[in-house]
Amino acid sequence: MSDPKLVIALTKGRILEGVLPLFEHAGIIPTEDIFNSRKLIFQTSLANVSLMIIRGSDVPTYVEFGAADMGVVGKDLILEYGSEGFYEPLDLKLATCRLMTAAPEGADLNALRQSRSRLRVATKFINIARRYFAEQGRQIELIKLNGALELAPSMGLADAIVDIVDSGKTLRANGLEPLELITHVSSRVIVNKASLKIKNAAIREILGKLKSAIET
Amino acid sequence: MSSADRWLLPEGVEEILPDEAYVLESLRREILDVYASWGYQLVITPFVEFLEALLVGTSHDLDLHTFKVTDQLSGRMMGIRADMTPQVARIDAHCLNREGPVRLCYADSVLHTRPRGLLTSRVPFRIGAELFGHSGVEADVELISLMIATLRQADIRNIHLVLGHVGIFRSLVAEAQLDDETEATLFDLVQRKVYGEIDVLLQRVVTDQDLRNMLYQLSRLSGDAETLDQAVRVFGAAPPAVRRELQELEAIANGVRSRAPDVVLCFDLCELRGYEYHTGIVFGAYTPENGRAVAKGGRYDDIGEVFGRARPASGFDCDLKVLARLTHRNLKRPKGILAPAGGDGQLQSLIEELRSQGEIVITSLTAGDVGATETRELDCDRYITRQSGQWVMEKLD
Repeated sequence: MSDPKLVIALTKGRILEGVLPLFEHAGIIPTEDIFNSRKLIFQTSLANVSLMIIRGSDVPTYVEFGAADMGVVGKDLILEYGSEGFYEPLDLKLATCRLMTAAPEGADLNALRQSRSRLRVATKFINIARRYFAEQGRQIELIKLNGALELAPSMGLADAIVDIVDSGKTLRANGLEPLELITHVSSRVIVNKASLKIKNAAIREILGKLKSAIET
Repeated sequence: MSSADRWLLPEGVEEILPDEAYVLESLRREILDVYASWGYQLVITPFVEFLEALLVGTSHDLDLHTFKVTDQLSGRMMGIRADMTPQVARIDAHCLNREGPVRLCYADSVLHTRPRGLLTSRVPFRIGAELFGHSGVEADVELISLMIATLRQADIRNIHLVLGHVGIFRSLVAEAQLDDETEATLFDLVQRKVYGEIDVLLQRVVTDQDLRNMLYQLSRLSGDAETLDQAVRVFGAAPPAVRRELQELEAIANGVRSRAPDVVLCFDLCELRGYEYHTGIVFGAYTPENGRAVAKGGRYDDIGEVFGRARPASGFDCDLKVLARLTHRNLKRPKGILAPAGGDGQLQSLIEELRSQGEIVITSLTAGDVGATETRELDCDRYITRQSGQWVMEKLD
């Protein structure tokens, strides 16, 4: 097995723009224009390596199952999915942001807790929020939303939200302020457990090149 | 209640239809015959028993995966087995009470509260073997060889065997005198190979530079056969326990290599699956056709202590449902012969003779000649008909 077949799962959008140059450095260059194609799987300059373009939240699923050998995905999505099913060997330090709690400016969450036994929290990161507040010893009521979380507090749906915060501008534009840092987020390379064992040399080589690409 | 509620099965619980059941049952019989020919005796453990007995010396993880019910007779909590190893260990320690090595095997369903992985059955069919009463590498080599024989019987191809040893991590952590919580965090990071975070943690909690370097190296030690040579170099000045464990691993690797030269041997010294109850070598078999291990095992000495006798123990198991899915064997249900209803004594003796030869003979339930449609529907390719006063077998065109 000199050149085992490798499938790498990536996500479209901002992350891809940062990730592709790193892969280029590792000698993996898609043979056609990923950004302007409707295809979902792309051959690369390396005959045995192909790239797959899927939704970020699906990357952990594909990698855990072994449908993709490797993938690049945000730490937020890894934490939400659960990180037991794959290896997480490399932090690409791309698309860095923070996962935070936020509430209307001036809102006193502690005072709110006195009047209502359960804080209502809206988020798309249900698992992360549940774990975070439990670790804080706070009982909350979770509301799963898929987007435009910033609206939830002003519409009376929630007292606070848990969301990705980049500059904080969107929050402030909607009268919210970031409160507590839950975790720092960046893009990680994840690897299927069986693939790392069976295709060790090939995967280690790519990981090594990606690592040196980050450091240069 | 809608009609869907009546036939829907719980998530992760499946029924096995005839074609698949034929494959599964064929493999089960053949593999158990292999075990018998190696001297492993079959035991049948209870499907349900008191929780304390099921969860001894094992992990929180197993507790979480065990379904619990209340026993109405004793008022005690019972568990439905999620793993058969503790039950077999009890049989060895408490029931058999033999002095020398004991070889046991089993094949049965277990039940999990939640699936162990993506698209994984909650009712795996576990087939495996355990060897008690021998602490030497010979026992581990025998079990690994038997595990490979199991996979060969199912014609699982391109087997990669991954060897590890939980003792090395354990010895180094003990040397570093980490508290329980730090050890658990490090263990979790090492399991997930989050190299960046491992380095930060080691920097923070391990002051001895040599030791820190060894733990750092350990977290990277996975790969092909060369990994072991690398480990020997890295742990040249390691505590004696680590060097002893490494020698053990080397001896086992050599033993397996000479017995199964075509199996690709890999090492992962930080694969610590089952860390809570494994005590020595851990091993797993992989094939490129499956995203996770197809068979796994390891040494778990002294698990039987709570049943009265601490004994060396080592074993492995696999999910027969996974083997049935991955097998390259062409296991097809044989075609049958359709016989007409009624008939005389001559027909009956013909049917009996064919059945004794191993043929499938189905007797039609409707009177008259059997038709081609009925024959096909019953999966038969031949039928019995009367020609000039004689019962003869005809092939279906």
